[in-house]
Amino acid sequence: MQTESKEPVTQKRFIDLFEKNRAFLSANDTPGLNVTRVKAMASFAKLGFPDTSMESWRLTSLEESFERGYDYHLQPMEEVDVQKVFRCNIPHLDTAVIGQLNGWYVSKDVPLMELGNGIIMGSLAEARKKYPQLIEKYFGTIADDTNDGFTALNTAFTQDGVFIYVPDNVKSPKPVQLINVIHHDENLFLQSRNLIIVGSNAMLSLVHCDDSYNHQASFSNVVTEVHLGEHGAMDHYKLQNLNNNSTLISSVFFRMAASASLDSHYLSLNGGLLRNNIRVLFNGPNGNASIYGLYLMDRKQHVDNNLFIDHAYPGCTSSETFKGILDEHARAIFNGHVLVRRDAAKTDARQSNKNILLTDTARVNSKPFLEIYNDDVKCSHGSTTGQLDQESMFYLRQRGIGEETARMLLMFAFADEIVARIAIPQLRQRIEDMVKKRLQGELQICEQCVLHCSTPEHPIEFQIDLGKI
Amino acid sequence: MLLQIKNLHAGIHGKEILRGVNLDVDKGEIHAIMGPNGTGKSTLASVIAGREVFDVTAGEILYKGKDLKKLSIEDRAREGIFLGFQYPVEIPGVSITNFMRTAVNEVRKFKGLDPLPGGEFLRLMEEKKRLVEITSNLTNRSVNEGFSGGEKKKNEIFQMAMLEPMLAILDETDSGLDIDALRIVANGVNKLRRPDNAFVVITHYQRLLDYIVPDFVHVLFEGRIVKSGGKELALELEEKGYDWIKKEQK
Amino acid sequence: MESEANNILEEVTQGDYKYGFVTDIETEYAPVGLSEDTIRYISTKKNEPGFMLEFRLKAYRHWLTMVQPKWAHLNIDPINFQEIIFYAAPKKKKELTSIDEVDPELLATFNKLGISLDEQKKLAGVAGVAVDAVIDSVSVKTTFSETLSKHGIIFCSFSEAVQNHPELVKQYMGSVVPYTDNYFAALNSAVFSDGSFCFIPKGVRCPMELSTYFRINAANTGQFERTLIVAEEGAYVSYMEGCTAPQRDENQLHAAIVEIIAMKDAEVKYSTVQNWYPGDKNGLGGIYNFVTKRGICKGNNSKISWTQVETGSSITWKYPSCILLGDHSVGEFYSVAVTNNYQQADTGTKMMHLGKNTRSTIISKGISAGKSNNSYRGLVRISKNAINSRNYSQCDSLLLGAKCGAHTWPYIQVDNKSSIVEHEATTSKISEDQLFYCQQRGISAESAIGLIVNGYAKEVLKQLPMEFAMEAQKLLSISLEGSVG
Repeated sequence: MQTESKEPVTQKRFIDLFEKNRAFLSANDTPGLNVTRVKAMASFAKLGFPDTSMESWRLTSLEESFERGYDYHLQPMEEVDVQKVFRCNIPHLDTAVIGQLNGWYVSKDVPLMELGNGIIMGSLAEARKKYPQLIEKYFGTIADDTNDGFTALNTAFTQDGVFIYVPDNVKSPKPVQLINVIHHDENLFLQSRNLIIVGSNAMLSLVHCDDSYNHQASFSNVVTEVHLGEHGAMDHYKLQNLNNNSTLISSVFFRMAASASLDSHYLSLNGGLLRNNIRVLFNGPNGNASIYGLYLMDRKQHVDNNLFIDHAYPGCTSSETFKGILDEHARAIFNGHVLVRRDAAKTDARQSNKNILLTDTARVNSKPFLEIYNDDVKCSHGSTTGQLDQESMFYLRQRGIGEETARMLLMFAFADEIVARIAIPQLRQRIEDMVKKRLQGELQICEQCVLHCSTPEHPIEFQIDLGKI
Repeated sequence: MLLQIKNLHAGIHGKEILRGVNLDVDKGEIHAIMGPNGTGKSTLASVIAGREVFDVTAGEILYKGKDLKKLSIEDRAREGIFLGFQYPVEIPGVSITNFMRTAVNEVRKFKGLDPLPGGEFLRLMEEKKRLVEITSNLTNRSVNEGFSGGEKKKNEIFQMAMLEPMLAILDETDSGLDIDALRIVANGVNKLRRPDNAFVVITHYQRLLDYIVPDFVHVLFEGRIVKSGGKELALELEEKGYDWIKKEQK
Repeated sequence: MESEANNILEEVTQGDYKYGFVTDIETEYAPVGLSEDTIRYISTKKNEPGFMLEFRLKAYRHWLTMVQPKWAHLNIDPINFQEIIFYAAPKKKKELTSIDEVDPELLATFNKLGISLDEQKKLAGVAGVAVDAVIDSVSVKTTFSETLSKHGIIFCSFSEAVQNHPELVKQYMGSVVPYTDNYFAALNSAVFSDGSFCFIPKGVRCPMELSTYFRINAANTGQFERTLIVAEEGAYVSYMEGCTAPQRDENQLHAAIVEIIAMKDAEVKYSTVQNWYPGDKNGLGGIYNFVTKRGICKGNNSKISWTQVETGSSITWKYPSCILLGDHSVGEFYSVAVTNNYQQADTGTKMMHLGKNTRSTIISKGISAGKSNNSYRGLVRISKNAINSRNYSQCDSLLLGAKCGAHTWPYIQVDNKSSIVEHEATTSKISEDQLFYCQQRGISAESAIGLIVNGYAKEVLKQLPMEFAMEAQKLLSISLEGSVG
């Protein structure tokens, strides 16, 4: 009853599923949370799934993905060798690792860790039981589900995901690494919901990896809500290395209080169809958000980065820097929307999208859109699409560097502007390595961005219950 | 003969720039090519290096007795042809160290040599840096990015020192240099001079030739070498200016 | 400093429309509203051949199946098409054979506009500009026709072309903008009353600037004109279009079509100074300007260049476009759009690269003041076969005052690897430093704004033919400065 077998994705399927399992889904809801859930379902019933008749989905058709058909589970049921799934590649970086398998939190004994400094992290399902007030205060208030069907559906079906709470004035001592591995023997539709609260003057560094373990098709609808308190800071990385049969709709919503600061990175290395919805709301003055994106796509891969930055308060600075290299039949779409509201004086907003096309069958659509209602602003956008610079190619070859090597060097240099922004040195090295491999066509989809390794000198135990999964 | 250019005609987008150039360069020689702006000096350098935007419509270039036509840009470089650019391009994101290591090792591979071990390579870098009085750390800097005019030219000579070419063509390496930089650049060239290599120095002014003394001076005018002589020709040009050549041609 | 700037902006927003007079001319109207009967009335009135009526009716029937587009960044009050008069013409007493026979009121109208219909009087001391004057829906006078016909150039009203050159009209009309293209194009195709027609034969360089002057005079009237320019192989023409309308409290509809065809090696330069009545400072009245302008570079090495200075209309919806079909063909778009008070503009261009080695340039300068909204919307599409193509776009917005909006919507699509597309945009205001600098040199803040705005728009203004550039500069000042006009 709680499992749906391989069926196409339709609005009706999920409406029916919700009706049938209403009690089960909301078993642990507070009354407030239940209202949010029911409202979201009403939204989804109204909105349905987006299609290409909508401006923001004009160039990304989900039809083929939907028709593949997927299983949907209302509870975790995998059995897997966790040591194989969560492998280690990079030693010497001490991170706090959180694992997710198919969107479900995996833990050993403690589904929710409470660290000495007041930081709480672990399963959202568990947090809902243990900290209902805290969850109710933030959950569903950052992600707007009134005009996006996927977000509405995610809210309505919220069960598990990751919860991180960094209290006021606490700086997370080491980066938190959230690894979501997709591994199933059937086509799988999965949803997960993350809630991250960074208090005033608090700081969090989060590495969020989406990895595939095999070539089975999957469809993920992941919503992440992030609240940054006054003077709060976050360094955020999203690394996507999924198989070519996977569809990922990732929506990340940031709400930034006064003087909050955000660096958010989207590194798309592989994936069938990737859609990144990135929403930033400046909810107080003097905030600062820098969003970086790098996408390296080939075959028939499709990546669609859709940004909306809402300058609702004065004195905020935002930048969008997205770069991509497209090979074979790949397609990239960039939609960067910056809204400067009437009161948002002294806004400084920049958008940049640069693309390199390696073949005549690769395609790029770029729409860096500025909407401005205040005159005291500095806004600019730029977009270029072309091939590798011919002057540079000549220069490199004149020094005896072969054409292929020269091309590789220039492509890597092009990508480096984004990679160089990664503030965690070990992660930067790891990504550099992955980008190199990717450009040389040697990156495996099962190669994960796992950073945290167990070595004899540094024994580390995964917080994962081997017996359970 | 190291380089033989015979009746070379070349142009770009159907416009002829070189209209029958003849030039012989032998080992151990330094040639200076002078001439007014827009007469084809840089085109000649680019065509020798194999730049693809130029079309060779007639004539041939023999290098070590072999026709260059069939060689790619990088193979010409690996055979020992070095072009010092008038306007070196900036390549953001490619560090000089990485760039040079790649170049040196690809050239070595071409010659059947093993790649240079890391330590040895760095030692070589330091040694050659001293030659052109580069003091800054190049490891963290991208190729030519944010360099001053003088730094760019010194970097060209540094790369020449690293690659040890047989034939170095220096395209207006003196333009935009102050007197100190000019001395450093010229000094680098003189130290690299050997009986088995050759230099072609393209310049607009006689000034550089006070430091790099040429064996031959050629005047390129309207796509042809119209006058050749010894180093005294450069002085004569300095004195009389290019109008003299122009008049003589008309 | 701040407050002075505010004062100026306030004055600026009170700039008056100096072309707001109404001329008392006897006018003949079509019955109010739109139906097949209206269309038959227009066609009969114009004594048109059968193919024209057929074209109109097809367009009308198609229009009935369409809805008004909503995608533009505009607030448009619903248009009641049954309240509009679709055809108004100055009443003709007899055929005109010379300037002396033109209604003196009409002549005075154009004189007030600074347009001379007298061939003896030459504009701005320049060699000569042939003018086709269109008032409400009808071409009233075309000058220099005879001089031009010596070169084989046909320059006349669209109605005359229908009568005298039906084969050319039949061949080219609707070939660039089909009646199915969009809502307003379909409407125009059904009811258009007149406009200009221009044909430059093979190898001919048109010896003078050609110009059409449009004026909406009658009340409750829509103007639907249609311009068709054909440049045969190796031909060249520079064409100018100007427009004004009286001040009226209600909105008036203007839905025009311009089609340009450039054959091999031909070049067409099309310049517009659009100064329809923009409404008053409270946003009352003004022209709804919904225009479809498109050119096709059909032959190799052909070139179409659009230059526009948009200061008028309460709503502007207009995207002069180029279809670059021929190899090595070139498309250009230069635009200055000024909006003030409650004006709304959604304008830009489309560059469709289909041929190899095609090139396009887009320079757009938006200036918003008052409570206006000014949007640039541009599409650059490089198709798979358009190898080695290039586009460069630059879109700048200048905001004057804190209540206006400036928006930039570039759509860029590249489908091959050998092409290069570059887009740049900036949004800024006039800096205090610039103002201070000018003032320190003794220039009043008001003139300083005029200076800076003109400097800002210079890249575009310099593309205009000389006699137009002067007018455009004046217009920019009038639109933005309080003391003038």
